[in-house]
Amino acid sequence: MGPRLHGDDYMVGANAAMLMMVVKRMLIAVPSLIGVVIVTFLLTRALPGDPAAYFAGPAATKEAIEQIRVTLGLDRPLYVQFIRYVGDLARGDLGNSLTTGQPVGYEIKTRLPASAELTLLGLMVSMAIAVPLGILAATRPNSIIDHVCRVVSTAGVSLPVFFTGLILIYVFYYLLGWAPAPLGRLDVFFSPPPHVTGFYLVDSLIAGGGEVFFASLKQLVLPALTLGIFSLAPIARMTRASMLAVLASDFVRTARASGLTPFTVIVTYAFRNAMLPVITTLGMVFSFLLGANVLVEKVFAWPGIGSFAVEALIASDFAPLQGFVLTMAVMYVVLNLLIDVLYGLIDPRVRIEA
Amino acid sequence: MTEAVPLLDVADLTVEFTTRRGIVRAVEHVDVRIAKGETVGIVGESGSGKSVTSYAVMRILDRAGRIAAGAVHFTGLDVRAASEDQMRNLRGREMSMIFQNPRAALNPIRKVGRQIEDVLEQHSQVDSSALTDKAIEILDQVRIARPRERYHAYPFELSGGMCQRVVIALALACRPQLLIADEPTTGLDVTTQKTVMDLIVELTKQRGMSTILITHDLGLAATYCDRVVVMEKGRVVETALSREIFTAPSHPYTRKLMRATPRPGTSLRDLLPEDESLYEARPPTATPTLQGGGKPTESAARSNGKSGAPLLVVEKLVKEYPRKGLGGFAKIFQRQPAPEPETFRAVDGISFTINRGESVGLVGESGCGKSTTSTMVMRLIDKSDGVIMFDGEDIGAIAAKAFAKLPLRKRIQMVFQDPTDSLNPRFTAARAIADPILRLANLKGRESVRARCEALARQVGLPVELLDRFPHQLSGGQKARVGIARAIALNPELVILDEPTAALDVSVQAVVLNLLQELKDTLGMSYLFVSHDLNVVRLLCDRVIVMRAGRIVEQGPTEEILVSPQAQYTRDLLAAIPHPMFA
Repeated sequence: MGPRLHGDDYMVGANAAMLMMVVKRMLIAVPSLIGVVIVTFLLTRALPGDPAAYFAGPAATKEAIEQIRVTLGLDRPLYVQFIRYVGDLARGDLGNSLTTGQPVGYEIKTRLPASAELTLLGLMVSMAIAVPLGILAATRPNSIIDHVCRVVSTAGVSLPVFFTGLILIYVFYYLLGWAPAPLGRLDVFFSPPPHVTGFYLVDSLIAGGGEVFFASLKQLVLPALTLGIFSLAPIARMTRASMLAVLASDFVRTARASGLTPFTVIVTYAFRNAMLPVITTLGMVFSFLLGANVLVEKVFAWPGIGSFAVEALIASDFAPLQGFVLTMAVMYVVLNLLIDVLYGLIDPRVRIEA
Repeated sequence: MTEAVPLLDVADLTVEFTTRRGIVRAVEHVDVRIAKGETVGIVGESGSGKSVTSYAVMRILDRAGRIAAGAVHFTGLDVRAASEDQMRNLRGREMSMIFQNPRAALNPIRKVGRQIEDVLEQHSQVDSSALTDKAIEILDQVRIARPRERYHAYPFELSGGMCQRVVIALALACRPQLLIADEPTTGLDVTTQKTVMDLIVELTKQRGMSTILITHDLGLAATYCDRVVVMEKGRVVETALSREIFTAPSHPYTRKLMRATPRPGTSLRDLLPEDESLYEARPPTATPTLQGGGKPTESAARSNGKSGAPLLVVEKLVKEYPRKGLGGFAKIFQRQPAPEPETFRAVDGISFTINRGESVGLVGESGCGKSTTSTMVMRLIDKSDGVIMFDGEDIGAIAAKAFAKLPLRKRIQMVFQDPTDSLNPRFTAARAIADPILRLANLKGRESVRARCEALARQVGLPVELLDRFPHQLSGGQKARVGIARAIALNPELVILDEPTAALDVSVQAVVLNLLQELKDTLGMSYLFVSHDLNVVRLLCDRVIVMRAGRIVEQGPTEEILVSPQAQYTRDLLAAIPHPMFA
């Protein structure tokens, strides 16, 4: 273990421990994913509404509905349907959406990056404001900046996103005309960049299209800001609380007594330690926003995964729903893993315990 | 002491803190002068303002505190008037500080070598290319073995003593003129305390530095300081050469402190001030006189009953823990068998007995297995092997979980180390004392439980009107009394005392130790007293068991062990206790 090893050996040991942790966590996630598959299958079946009837349309006869039911395999016993579903899943087939007629896999592939890009950017906006605000508030408790931090984060979380979104559209699109029309990911005059990651910002840069990049960035600004304002509160409050605790700790006193500059004390000593709970909060906020930003997607006509899932739910469309829940579960597992790895990179103690 | 310009001159210093209850003066009109090369001890109990004084000198008081009056001059510079930049240049370079709790004093997620580099870099002591070498050199100077490897260690990978060496390295990196050591060895083992103190003294003497040693331990101050300043409640009550202060203390508070410090050749009763009574509220009945050394009076209620058979017999007790490191999947991937055994024996086959009415001291340094042993005897954790017989019953065979609900639970109770942490902050004192009664005793009705609590409070000398207070409204000594009342609430036969006075001031410790002795005499309990402080064990225990690395090194009657120890380890332990020359 640590102390006996040479510095380089130590790093090798730490990396091995880290790899071990990643593998371990992956394996631990498998049973929960199996659970998610079973539960979503059963839940979608338990939903009220008949997809065959919905699909056949209001004018269809009983026979036609029955016909569709047979083609969809909905007349079979539940376990047969489940085995077929799992078999398809194993082949990577998530089924077809009845409402759009597209394969669910394709829908998720195009829509998930749209949501993820928006959410990520929203989080970045939020962090860019909330983290410095939290640090400032913690270093000057009960000052003006502390109160500003409190008011801004409270206001951000209390205003519903559709309201903030509409206000932003009204001011920046309608009144000032700075922002483009809130109609999806890209202005109609541009064609999307070739699909690599699905993130338009990244793909346009890969394709070398500066114009497309700025066009998609323009579209992103307002919805990202809306999300950012909404998620300010947890990040700012957590940063402040965590910084306050760390600033009161013994090692910060040591750093001060050693004559280190306030910048070194606050950034190198305090903030790196205070970041740990902030990262956990970030992970929670991200996974929450990813599924829950339906309202923002609706307001900005964003072709995201949240609105897709809600539409599928209203239509009792099984396949997209199951696909959505499964995707979210996988995302959640991966995200938590990423956070743990990040945690391990920052805090050496976690590496050893893992 | 020559009357040259002192290195540090604190004159009429008053420090105020703004609290919710208004302004509190933590330090009032303090004068301290420190000459070049001098070592001065500031001694006092908690709340005496000794730490605040030093923070004021370095101007690192927290936001609520401020220097309200007086002057601090360091090498002629007015510290109060200096700019923040000037102060920053002084801190770490001209005056630096060593803190209590070394592990917490280091940044937990930064390599110790880098932390030393930060200080060197700040005060631009060396070129950035030579930083690493310089940091390693400094680690070597504080006697850290294999400094090149330890440079990459994080604080959690080092022992407490090693962490304190790193903190010393940080403080001395830029060769300051003044070192302030704030309780540098509190919480460290006696042997580690000795090596750390010797190291500080050697390095500071070598460099002609001045040192302020802030401590609650008179013995430590007397051993290592030229001069001693005694503080009480924010004021200096006495300043004198350490030779003089300990042979002829002039202030009553100094005398009280000295009396309360356990040392060879004194008895429990000697610790208490002559003029004060032991209790604020002494129970009218059952007050056997505390004679001489406080040896157990054999008139105790129960002890005569079955005096022949020992109360507790422990035989070949073992506790194994799996060794930390690569577990689980690593084992699958690793082809070769691990060279080290996969378990670590915290307690390695120890045997001892405790008789009725006897108190046995379990002594050793941290990590020796004494707490594991006491927790196993307490039946809070399960043994790996061996036998624990209590009054003829094999309690070791009962799972710890099941034991909590048995009537046997009533007969073995415990007083925990930290009086604050071992009380539920949301329970009043009465509720805390009533807890075991409500769980295990067949006492029905609010009134009778309350009556029992009040009786217990009187027994431990806790004023009854304090019973409805919460822990944060009680003093350390009062909290200790609550913990003791809780432990004796069910009339146990065996009480395990896990360093019950380690977190208390000496004067409070003196009272609590006397209380424990008297309770034992009146109630006829047996004690297993776990401690690292041989001087305290000497006062309270009939027999001593010395443990090291999970095994018993030596056991026998207290006087025999302490006067003529057989094992070398016991001799080392005894030698490491500071031996001040005071009467």
